[in-house]
Amino acid sequence: MTSEERAGAPGEGAVGTPSGALSTEERVLAALDAVIDPELDEPITTLRFVSSVAASPDGDVDVALRLPTPQCAPNFAFLMAADARDAVRRLPGVRRVTVTLEDHYTGDEINGALARGQGFTGAFPGETADDDLTGLRELFSRKALTARQANLCRSLLSTGATAEQVVAMTVAELPDGPEARRCVALRAQLGIDARPRAPAFVLPDGEPLSAAALPRWLRMASLIATSLETNGGICRDLLAVRHGLEQGHRRSDGA
Amino acid sequence: MHEHNGQKYFVVDEHQHFWDASPENWIKGQEQYAKGWIECFHAYMGLAPPETHWPLEKFQKYSIEQYEHDVFEEAGVDVGICQSTFLRAWYKDGFNTFDRNMQLAERFPGKVIVNGRFDPREGEASMRELEEQHKRAPLKGVKVYTAEWYNGSRGWSLKDPEAMRCLEKVQEMGIKNVHAHKGPTIWPMNKDAFGIEDIDYVASMFPELNFIVEHVGLPRIEDFCFVATQEPNVYAGLAVVLGGLMYARPRYFAKVMGELLFWVGEDKMLFGSDYAIWEPKWQIEGFLNWDFPDDAEFSDYPRLTEASRRKILGINAAKLYDIQVPEGLGVPEPPETPAAQDTSQLVETGSQ
Repeated sequence: MTSEERAGAPGEGAVGTPSGALSTEERVLAALDAVIDPELDEPITTLRFVSSVAASPDGDVDVALRLPTPQCAPNFAFLMAADARDAVRRLPGVRRVTVTLEDHYTGDEINGALARGQGFTGAFPGETADDDLTGLRELFSRKALTARQANLCRSLLSTGATAEQVVAMTVAELPDGPEARRCVALRAQLGIDARPRAPAFVLPDGEPLSAAALPRWLRMASLIATSLETNGGICRDLLAVRHGLEQGHRRSDGA
Repeated sequence: MHEHNGQKYFVVDEHQHFWDASPENWIKGQEQYAKGWIECFHAYMGLAPPETHWPLEKFQKYSIEQYEHDVFEEAGVDVGICQSTFLRAWYKDGFNTFDRNMQLAERFPGKVIVNGRFDPREGEASMRELEEQHKRAPLKGVKVYTAEWYNGSRGWSLKDPEAMRCLEKVQEMGIKNVHAHKGPTIWPMNKDAFGIEDIDYVASMFPELNFIVEHVGLPRIEDFCFVATQEPNVYAGLAVVLGGLMYARPRYFAKVMGELLFWVGEDKMLFGSDYAIWEPKWQIEGFLNWDFPDDAEFSDYPRLTEASRRKILGINAAKLYDIQVPEGLGVPEPPETPAAQDTSQLVETGSQ
């Protein structure tokens, strides 16, 4: 099963599962929804990076991942594969998890380290002292937070809010939606106060945004958002070309 | 020159290749990399209009006549600049070497410029090679690839002392233009290899040199823009921006162009087709026909004028490479000031 099959056949249960209950494959795919490409800040499932999921009756799970090109950066590739392994492992009833990165030029190194339960330095000894790539993850989480705040801020301004009103908002006052929820998750991950009464808009270091600084901040933050979205677009297109998938977003940018 | 709606345009294509990635050129034991590399490039071609796609076999190795047809005859490019990428670890005779590119320069004198390259990790040999190339055909530019793997190294920085010595040498030799591939992540292992902080540093250290950031730092456009705003000698190489986005993702293309026009400015943006990843003809025509969508989302970006189109397509690169622009094909002076320049001056003054 892949994320596309799931999307294409809603409500279709696996053979042998009680009516209404999710199959192991479906639970695995749901768990993989929480695995994010750190560079694009999007789930690997909607990016179509999950090429197959298979589960045995005993709870052994095989997940295969594919990336847009064989030369995609190994550090991000490793992060996604390791996060996928950890997310599936946490599922109740799952016994053995095998995550395989398909058709990648460092696939042997990455798959070997995953199978041995090792971190990044297990795959590439001596490359970095940062075994779980915390620094890299944090850098991109800050970018993602800035980009998502920019989207929220632009949308508020376009509905007539003033700069003063925007910077006075709290987390709880943000319009509920995926963008706001992702901001809260990213803040929690970065150790930035995300409680309901905390300021809704913060600079990358967690300091509140001021009305005076807003125009320039928004200009820079919008650029980061454009960069993330553009890269996501290129990755989707390359993946579609490489695997002969339909380029559903072509010429419309998904709009 | 390129003719469009009765107008004539002078075109310098600052990013081209003449490669051989045919299976006969793959090194035994390295076939998977040699094959994977060219297939990755071929996938990028898939982002172009379908009628311009090539079969893989043609894409692996194309002839001088094919280049002449696609670049000069069909697209009306006046001058092509070939960027060398060696990849000798995977390809017996190299992928897109200086020598191979020189076949074009020798066949089309005055119409093809070939850039040299250096890699500070190769030590003296690299600079000797560059000097030999310079003797053979006086170089106006070099290409550097900081993310390339070499002898256990996973990339280098232009700030490394050895690299700084190479840049000094490049400057002594009278070479003005340094093209740095800061583009889609191909090899990099650690984040430094594709970061562009090193450009920020060397652009200040070598104000006489021009630094053309190829692929505008994709996927780190924002880092590139912030650097280009502060450094007057940092330029945007548009290869991949046009080829990868203009057809496949027109709204993102519009946003990226808008951001580049705002932060970098029309005087520092250079057209590059990345041939043979994409043919230049549809990119030039598409660019001349292009304007921002009529939508509030794009309303505060600087507009693209007839003068800006001419600058980006050829006049800006002609200045960097001392290429004579035929009379009547230039742009009216003085150039418009990019919106972000005031900011950059403030930053520079503030940091002194």
